[in-house]
Amino acid sequence: VDLKYTPEEEAFRAAVRAFFEAELPADIRAKTRLGKRLQKEDLMRWQKILQRRGWGAVMWPERFGGTGWNVIQQHIFEEERADIGAPLQNAFSLKMLAPVLMTFANSAQQEYFLPRILSGEDWWCQGYSEPGSGSDLASLRTSAVRQGDHYLVNGQKTWNTFGQYADWIFCLVRTSTEGRPQQGISFLLIDMKSPGITVRPIAMLDGEHEINEIWFDNVQVPLQNLVGDENKGWTYAKFLLTHERTNNAGIGACKRALKRLKEIAAEQMSDGRPLLEDSRFRDRIARVELELMALEITNLRVLSATASEVRTLGPEVSVLKIKGSEIQQTLAELQMQALGPDALPYLREALEADWIADPLLAAHYRPYAPPLSGQYFNLRKTTIYAGSTEIQKNIISQLILGL
Amino acid sequence: MDFTYSSEQIALQETLQRFIERDYGFERRRELARSDLGFSAEAWAQYAELGLLSLPFPEEFGGLGGNAVDLMLVMQWVGRGLLLEPFLSTVVMGGGLIRDAGSPSLKGELLPRIGAGEIKLALACYEAEGRYDLSQVACAAAPSGSGWRLTGVKTVVLDAPSADYFLVSARAGVGVGVGAGVGAGAHDARGISLFLVDRAAPGVTLLTYPTQSGGRAADLRLEDVTVEANSLIGAPGQGLALVERAVDRGIAALCAEAVGIMAALNEATLNYLKTRKQFGVPIGKFQALQHRMADMLIAAEQARSMAIIAAVHGDSDDPLERRRAVSGAKAYIGQAARSVGQEAVQLHGAMGVVDDVIVSHYFKRLTMIDLSLGNADFHLARFSDMLV
Repeated sequence: VDLKYTPEEEAFRAAVRAFFEAELPADIRAKTRLGKRLQKEDLMRWQKILQRRGWGAVMWPERFGGTGWNVIQQHIFEEERADIGAPLQNAFSLKMLAPVLMTFANSAQQEYFLPRILSGEDWWCQGYSEPGSGSDLASLRTSAVRQGDHYLVNGQKTWNTFGQYADWIFCLVRTSTEGRPQQGISFLLIDMKSPGITVRPIAMLDGEHEINEIWFDNVQVPLQNLVGDENKGWTYAKFLLTHERTNNAGIGACKRALKRLKEIAAEQMSDGRPLLEDSRFRDRIARVELELMALEITNLRVLSATASEVRTLGPEVSVLKIKGSEIQQTLAELQMQALGPDALPYLREALEADWIADPLLAAHYRPYAPPLSGQYFNLRKTTIYAGSTEIQKNIISQLILGL
Repeated sequence: MDFTYSSEQIALQETLQRFIERDYGFERRRELARSDLGFSAEAWAQYAELGLLSLPFPEEFGGLGGNAVDLMLVMQWVGRGLLLEPFLSTVVMGGGLIRDAGSPSLKGELLPRIGAGEIKLALACYEAEGRYDLSQVACAAAPSGSGWRLTGVKTVVLDAPSADYFLVSARAGVGVGVGAGVGAGAHDARGISLFLVDRAAPGVTLLTYPTQSGGRAADLRLEDVTVEANSLIGAPGQGLALVERAVDRGIAALCAEAVGIMAALNEATLNYLKTRKQFGVPIGKFQALQHRMADMLIAAEQARSMAIIAAVHGDSDDPLERRRAVSGAKAYIGQAARSVGQEAVQLHGAMGVVDDVIVSHYFKRLTMIDLSLGNADFHLARFSDMLV
């Protein structure tokens, strides 16, 4: 047991940091740090910069064009990414779909889709949830019926994050109604330009457009876009969700948010002194910092065990997902709370990069203030998406505890 | 970054597991807790044979040169087995302090004897109304001949009844160039010196009592106790840092002990959920209980991570790094242990509140661990204050 980074790992961290310092465009960095709206173009630009360096997919093995980095290197990369304020890459493409393709897709699919993800050419969104199928995902009803050389897809998906940007969607569809619901599900790759697809925005509680509903009306999908075997999609879906949940630990982002919270609490005044000197508030920061300290080690313990035992991640990622999502929420809540009355203004235009505050407002309303309340509202999603906290506890109960 | 254990560390754990299964069952432990001594002299001799009592000492003093992670593993099994022997006081805190600050001759004299199981130590560092403040020292040390004369009272000294020597913090007298001493204010961090006091010295009296978790402790009264000059450990007036370091190690050890108990409690509770039937089914089929069991597992895993932080950083030479790690861990684990302990009792129903089921003993030990060497509130405040 050793909690120190080796000199090699420290050198690696310095190299990652130096790359970010040199290559992260200043406009993107400014947006991320101040919580401004990012455009798809920003993310694509950053993906291309990373890919030029060979870091387009740091979690992928080398044979698919990844870095082949170990979990510690990936952890360091993510910490530095979050700390400097580089945007998150598209997790749906890189961290969810890609592992499924690498493990279950045929070589033609791998050779076509994976490079296009790396280059940023294709933006993927996820087609899992349906209006009647949330936590009970296996009850999904969007149907895919074989018709000659294609499937005919009909139904509705919902909560599709950044579906408005997507070139492709990976979908769970029903190809059979025989047997248990899980046995009739297939994993289908669908071109968003296909005739019959309609994307409708859903406004979230922070007023932003992040999620969508997607309608499929007799959409033709070539048979070769089926991943793996027909009716085996549930296996692939669970595999994907396990990967999704690991990423949800979000240690790097939480560390960054904690640092930010302390900066805000040091700057906001309360009773004539920095809010950070108010022990009642400071203790709340201390508590969440302790949770994060523990989770960082728990996360590394899980990932290290996985690496050394050469096995795939198991239900223990549910522990990471539950804690990680709660910590993100608490940090966002404390950042908002730190603002006090300045948490109230709702200025949609303030999330644009070129917004300038009126001098009267700027006298008390700090540049970091505009996104914080919205982020608090928005992040209530984290204990709901990717398997709600209650579903995670069911998984722990059944798969770890055997209850 | 490495979270694997060496083959020696794995063997160490297996040894302890076998020892507990064979020689330290629950019934045996209950008998020992009720005995006059309060622990097993035979077990203590076995620890010496196994090398546990010399584990953290340098090889030149007959030790095994073990590190903080080794101690963490031992303490996890101390927790699982609810072991009553004064390992924490003698080896981790007392022995560790002698190793850090004792003169070469003192180390040569004491460490091999500790390792052989011949002598035991107790750290006498708390006083009335000081709560967990180690700088609250009214106990006075006046120069006397070439040595010192100690007067004062130390409270709730863990493992004192069986100790052969006490490590006592006291304010050294003014006018002898040792910083602020008697009369400098009982909270002054300066002027505190540390003395080794023989239990048999004239003027030493003990008021002994059992603790809530089956151990032994005492109030220690020192009335004009004369000690030699070489009983002063470390430099005069510099004793507080030594005591703090010993207590930091003790905190890391208690964190590990709590982790061992939480793992054992979770196993016991899970087993109960699977076997206890009500309404015709094992009660573990009820989601209300499943989710609470899941919360207990999460709390225990997070606590385990904090105990690793406490062990590794709690051994640092940098007092601020140590304090942040051990106070953070003690605050976190105090809270986690409270929650796991209370839930384990609740999920066991009435079986959780009786004396002849081990659950209540684990629960009581967890509770007393929180209250030892600074509780969760105390350590949260220390951790929190470091944020400013």
